[in-house]
Amino acid sequence: MRSISTDVVIIGAGGAGLRAAIALAETDPKLRIALVSKVYPMRSHTCAAEGGAAGVIKPDDSFDLHFDDTVGGGDWLSDQDCVEYFIHEAPKELLQLEHWGCPWNREADGSVAVRPFGGMKKKRTWFAADKSGFHILHTLFQTSLQFPSITRHDEFYALDLLVDDGRCQGVTALEMRSGELCQFHAKAVIIAGGGAGRMFPFSTNGAIKTGDGMAMAYRAGAPLKDMEFVQYHPTGLPNTGSLLTEACRGEGGILVNKHGRRYLQDYGMGPETPVGQPQLKTMELGPRDRVSQAYWHELQKGNTVTTQWGECVLLDMRHLGEKKINERLPLVRELAEAYLGVDIVKDAVPIRPVVHYMMGGISTNTKAATPLPGLFAAGECACVSLNGANRLGSNSLVELLVFGRRAALSAIEHVQSAPAPNATALNACAEQTRSRIDELMTRTDGIESMSGLRREMMDTMEKNVGIYRTEEGLQEGVNKIHELRQRYRRVKLTDKSSVFNTDLFQVLELGSMLDCAEAVTVGALARKESRGAHQRLDYVERDDKNFLCHTMVYHQGLDVPRVDYLDVVITKSPPGVRDYSGDHK
Amino acid sequence: MTPLKERLVQLEVLRYNPDTDTEAHFQRYEVMCQEEWVVLDALNKIKADIDPTLNYRWSCHMAVCGSCGMMINGEPKLSCHAFLRSYEGVIRVEPLAHFPVERDLVTAPDDFMEKLKRVKPYVIPKEKKPISEGEYKQTPAQLMKFRQYSMCINCMLCYAACPQYGLTPHFIGPAALTLAHRYNLDSRDEGRKERQEVVATHEGVWECTFVGACSEVCPAHVDPASALQQMKITSSVDWIVEHLIPGGKS
Repeated sequence: MRSISTDVVIIGAGGAGLRAAIALAETDPKLRIALVSKVYPMRSHTCAAEGGAAGVIKPDDSFDLHFDDTVGGGDWLSDQDCVEYFIHEAPKELLQLEHWGCPWNREADGSVAVRPFGGMKKKRTWFAADKSGFHILHTLFQTSLQFPSITRHDEFYALDLLVDDGRCQGVTALEMRSGELCQFHAKAVIIAGGGAGRMFPFSTNGAIKTGDGMAMAYRAGAPLKDMEFVQYHPTGLPNTGSLLTEACRGEGGILVNKHGRRYLQDYGMGPETPVGQPQLKTMELGPRDRVSQAYWHELQKGNTVTTQWGECVLLDMRHLGEKKINERLPLVRELAEAYLGVDIVKDAVPIRPVVHYMMGGISTNTKAATPLPGLFAAGECACVSLNGANRLGSNSLVELLVFGRRAALSAIEHVQSAPAPNATALNACAEQTRSRIDELMTRTDGIESMSGLRREMMDTMEKNVGIYRTEEGLQEGVNKIHELRQRYRRVKLTDKSSVFNTDLFQVLELGSMLDCAEAVTVGALARKESRGAHQRLDYVERDDKNFLCHTMVYHQGLDVPRVDYLDVVITKSPPGVRDYSGDHK
Repeated sequence: MTPLKERLVQLEVLRYNPDTDTEAHFQRYEVMCQEEWVVLDALNKIKADIDPTLNYRWSCHMAVCGSCGMMINGEPKLSCHAFLRSYEGVIRVEPLAHFPVERDLVTAPDDFMEKLKRVKPYVIPKEKKPISEGEYKQTPAQLMKFRQYSMCINCMLCYAACPQYGLTPHFIGPAALTLAHRYNLDSRDEGRKERQEVVATHEGVWECTFVGACSEVCPAHVDPASALQQMKITSSVDWIVEHLIPGGKS
């Protein structure tokens, strides 16, 4: 087994991982940084984010307003000390990206332009057309190339964390090109491995979003927090699930049902606003959870449009005109045209809600530290409790930056005081990974097909853990995922080759997704209330008396995980009413 | 509502496993597909239902991550953006041209990654300004000067299409040179002179014979050919200023 000794290992080279790497390199150029990713950095899923990134910059805006929007948007499940830190760091990080060359859209005077976004009281979303995530990712990646202390290990599939003496001190990984097993020894590890949306069949997430980072931390004993909160984005293409950004509505697009009615007014997001004059924080600029839930009700009422791709509602942007669409939403136009055959300049486009984002993840505090010493996490794989029960669009791209950097600073602090890794103990730990991979590669009694188990998992998640949930459905989901985890032990690996064996990686990814799926279902079953993205038909109200707390799920091997709770940090905003009915003055 | 149309698609995929094969060979697959699918969907169905040992890269399925470049009927394409409706008969799928094959449709992009780094694709400011001083002002017109060239998704289709890169592998190539140009044109950047050491050489723009294939295959409409042409002009001006104008400095 090849051993690589370094100071800090980062797992994942998307927005959060790259931001962490740059912060480490800038802060202490002597630190050796290993950036490990199962894909080349520019393939990371940050590239698919479209709409933009929120940060207070304009004179009519304030930190208090961004705080209130985020906390209310998250249905009071956000940790308010975390939100406070985040909103103050956000503009600095976005400016830093500006200095690094990010091609933000501009006002006529050359200042940065901002656009409206769902659930935000002010225009504060910085954007680069509708390719904001793409530009953020490439700006970070290209900027990272100037730092000699960042050593990239592209296409290394990270497997298990190395834990000795109660501290995380490295990770094992497979070099995908050779199949060689490697171990990285370091004083600190940062996981920036992204979300796990691929456990659902209909998702905006790329194929790589399989929760490997979450599962790795979870297996090593770090709890997963608030996993039951899964965000459905209201507007996905009904066939491919490709995202049509919230900026479609921010720029003035409207949602209508089969009768042409702007149905959001019937779900607490009215009264109706004039077409083409979007008003902040109401109607089409309501928060994602509410807008996706409204679709579900329209479906029950028979108000959806039946298309060859299933039941849909319509996103109408025709009134924006070709010029504005080309300037502000060029990717949306291309996607709808190419994959659905609809020109949004001429026709309304059928859409439906699609799994988009995990609010939950590896439990971290405001310093991006997990409860496992030496282990830090940032980005979608982490749950720092910024987003609470429902993330506001355009907060997550900033989250990558703010907490990617924060994870780096915390890792440096840790490196300064942590003892040197004990190579002998870590080698022994790494041998467990070797046994696991060897067993899989030489398994002769494999009877379960990988794609079969994956299909069953996806179907279970869609059927039982969707926008609205019930006790019965969730119990079925818990049972089924648990059964699939048992059957996974006898999954068959067809391809035994060493070189770029995607059969092997898909089997490993399925294992990660099953672990994450179990945490989602168990957390959802235990949370007997409705809050944000977690809606129960049998417990329709928010229950602050019993559930103003974070779900903490602990891995218990092959047994059902243990569920515990942690108080939400409330500093200045007591739980209140989420009001998206516009200003009644 | 009309149901989605299905169609039996035949794919001929180039297979190569260095563990077991002395040379690459084609393998024929038949798979039932929806008419509106892309070639990647067909590959995914083969991988899930027929042959788990087939290997290729993909992720976003929306032509932005740049993972799934391959030769489809001899043309460099993103397989997530190659619509089955555009093809009749057997569809031939091969790894991206001009790059070494790791396995099946997976190629090694090391050369591109190294070249990208050499052109210094990041802002080199004259003087670093602290964050507390706010943003660099940049008008929409200044942004538009370079924005198109910032759209490159690094999919490397242009390298597979470029005859010059095929012949002279030391050529820095369309995507990396275009990104150098993108930063040269950015009002926040002062690094053109540093980049010229790589860009304005016979590994750089002067190796380009202006065939324009790069721009034809670019899925992001970056138009690298125009970037390289502009770079040749500015490099020529540099040379004239330096050598022909008395007292001139580049």
